[in-house]
Amino acid sequence: MNDSVLLLSLASAIVIGTPILLAGLGEMMTEHSGVMNLGVEGMMLGGGVVGFWMSTQHPSMALALAVGGGVGALFALIHAYLAVTLRVNQIVSGLALVITGTGFAGFVGSSNDSALIYARPQSSLEPVFGEGMQELPLVGPLVFGHDWVVYLSWLLVAAAAFWLFRTRAGLAVRAVGEDPATADTVGISVGVTRYVYTMIGGAGAGMGGTYLMAEIFATYQHGITAGLGWIAFALVTFAGWRPWRALVAAYVFGALRNLGFTLQILGASVPSDVLNALPFVLTIVALIIISARPAAARKYSAPSALAVPYSREIR
Amino acid sequence: MNGDPTPAASTAEPETSEAGGEPQEAARLNAITKSFFGVPANDRVDFDLRWGEIHALLGENGAGKSTLCSVLAGLYHPDSGEIHLDGERVDLASPQQALEHGVGMVYQHFRLVDRFTVAENLALGHPETGFVASRRSLERQVAELGRRYGLEVSPKAAIWQLSVGEQQRVEILKLLYRGVRILILDEPTAVLTPQEAQSLFTTMRAMAADGQAIIFVSHKLDEVLEVSDRVTVLRDGERVGSMETAEADPAALARMMVGRDLSTRARSRTEAGSAALSVRGLTADGDRGIEALREIDLEVRESQIVGVAGVAGNGQRELAEAIVGLRRSKRGQIFLGDVDITRTSTLQRIKLGLGFVPEDRMRTGMAGGLPLTANLALKAYRQPPLSKGPLVSKRAVEERARTLEKQFDIRGVRWAMPTSLLSGGNIQRAILARELSARPKVLVAAAPTRGLDVAAIEAIRQILLDERDAGTAILMISEDLEEIMDLSDVIVVLYEGRIMGRLDPDDASPEVLGMLMAGRTADAGPDAAADTAPDTGADTAPDTGADTA
Repeated sequence: MNDSVLLLSLASAIVIGTPILLAGLGEMMTEHSGVMNLGVEGMMLGGGVVGFWMSTQHPSMALALAVGGGVGALFALIHAYLAVTLRVNQIVSGLALVITGTGFAGFVGSSNDSALIYARPQSSLEPVFGEGMQELPLVGPLVFGHDWVVYLSWLLVAAAAFWLFRTRAGLAVRAVGEDPATADTVGISVGVTRYVYTMIGGAGAGMGGTYLMAEIFATYQHGITAGLGWIAFALVTFAGWRPWRALVAAYVFGALRNLGFTLQILGASVPSDVLNALPFVLTIVALIIISARPAAARKYSAPSALAVPYSREIR
Repeated sequence: MNGDPTPAASTAEPETSEAGGEPQEAARLNAITKSFFGVPANDRVDFDLRWGEIHALLGENGAGKSTLCSVLAGLYHPDSGEIHLDGERVDLASPQQALEHGVGMVYQHFRLVDRFTVAENLALGHPETGFVASRRSLERQVAELGRRYGLEVSPKAAIWQLSVGEQQRVEILKLLYRGVRILILDEPTAVLTPQEAQSLFTTMRAMAADGQAIIFVSHKLDEVLEVSDRVTVLRDGERVGSMETAEADPAALARMMVGRDLSTRARSRTEAGSAALSVRGLTADGDRGIEALREIDLEVRESQIVGVAGVAGNGQRELAEAIVGLRRSKRGQIFLGDVDITRTSTLQRIKLGLGFVPEDRMRTGMAGGLPLTANLALKAYRQPPLSKGPLVSKRAVEERARTLEKQFDIRGVRWAMPTSLLSGGNIQRAILARELSARPKVLVAAAPTRGLDVAAIEAIRQILLDERDAGTAILMISEDLEEIMDLSDVIVVLYEGRIMGRLDPDDASPEVLGMLMAGRTADAGPDAAADTAPDTGADTAPDTGADTA
């Protein structure tokens, strides 16, 4: 019996881990170009609320995700302009984006004529695979029990890993994040690269927010992300800037998120604040473990030029 | 020197010999002029390069070697003059374009992404890498090129794991991989150990034998004589001459390199007092962990200026830093008067009367973002009247700044303005003001007039001379020979972290200094390495010197 509780909570860890993964993967792409965007939470809310609105207007989840991702990318564009073109402090600009996105979601979500708080999505997603496969032991609920967005996120992980570490374009973006001056001398446009990847990050966050509201909760509430954006941000560091590690890490964080419910069912009680803090504690522990081994620290540490504005004149 | 200056030996690449009327000519630069802010770095310089040769560019720092190379590499666009490659006139707007013409340069600061592997660095920006960067074929090509030219380096290794010499190999590989046939090496041996330099020379010879053309920039005579086929000497942005290396006379080359008339003004001499700063057997590591100072023995007396000459990167910075306590000394001792300060903190050394004018005046001399008032108070704030218990008296700080401003003639100051906006001469005056107002017994001044205009140079030198006359012991490190010969009471020449020679300025001709700076014991001049100036106390601590010899 405890087995099935465990299995169920693992399956739902994958579900709740998916928006974390989408947003975290996006932020990872952004950071590989040397831009740090602290505004994930804001972009999730801002993009997500528009994506959610779309889902109340039209039954297509794909359309909702596209709209939510697009709006998230627009929010990221603000950050790109501030951080890349104006070279302002990226911490300040990212934090401003959190406030902007949160305020935007609150405004759109509760304004009278939209009243998203009472709206419901027109449809909800079904698992992709048939009953037979879902009832397979173990792999059934864990691997075959999900809707297509989950599988899309797996595909994106594979695509990101391939893109970053196997292709020329990936080499170029990592060069921009590591050593923009060198990238510049070999003819790679640092500015364009950073804009594009910052917006990819925003799209990931917007899609994550949309999935969270339109599918997982199927409702909009003020501040519905409840810190998931921050967890996604921590995820990038926890995963050592590696997509496949992000997949695992997202589900670990998702499981921690669910741990409260699971423990309740099992009869234990731990304050929810403690559980909410666990992803961050885990990230710090991971950092300590990694930094204890210099070789690993080199391999899994932040891009060298992360959050450092680039200007040709100042070398 | 296996390079045959006649191109008959170079059988490689027939297309090059068919391209132009002059088949053996790889590159020709005609009357290249390039100025920076009105100061010419190259003044109508002619230069030609043949296939299959190693052509050395010899000259002091600031002679215009790097500028000339950067013009050929497409980094700088010349103000006037023509570039011909392979007999064809070209206009090089960017390093990319130069690369397309087969010209590539290895800069002194490597352009490598530290965390990338060797193979990844080679693939970066390479037009022929496919969308999917195939690691295996890339790694195979790297290994193949490496074997051919003796540039062995593991393609899978990350750059940060490699030694400087290996990183340099990667830079060369990167260019070869892009099809470069004219290779420019800007002071390539400056960062290498002697063994690494030898291996680089082997590579250069292999490439030349393969028909490629190499420009080898250096200020080290021995290396130029050892590896090059021809040598061109630049001085003050002008070409002094070119010759076959085999026919070159080392002493003549040295004279060509530094041989301007040095206007030695009548030096005022003062009687040197007792030893104020003594350095014995000092050995210290450089930033890369290689010994940058080896068994240095040095003494500076009261009312004496000891000038340390040498080409940059031969241990000058490390010497200054070790003395003022910014660099740990591995062996040896440093005395301020009678006090052993080898292991004391920088603050303690300051309190004992040590002043420091650092080489990099913006980075280590001043906090550029702070106003001048604050910068001038940086040392004195610890004592009254500037400090009042835990507080700093703003009024005293400003009063002091105003006094120093007048006394040292610092101009253009507006009070809240960041110091970095001042001119170089004024910043240098301000640093001197701060250091000298602490009344030091010993002043270490590194490159005190570098980059300043003539008036400022004169003023700074006068300040140093006055200070010496007032009894201060000054260790002056400078690359400017004129300055060394003008101000010093004793001259010491540093080469590869050792003292190559000690001489009295009256015996120091540019030739002798040039030879010593280029790492040759002066067989052409007076016996420079001996203790030639007993009257000024040049021979330091002969007892400790004996056991190092």
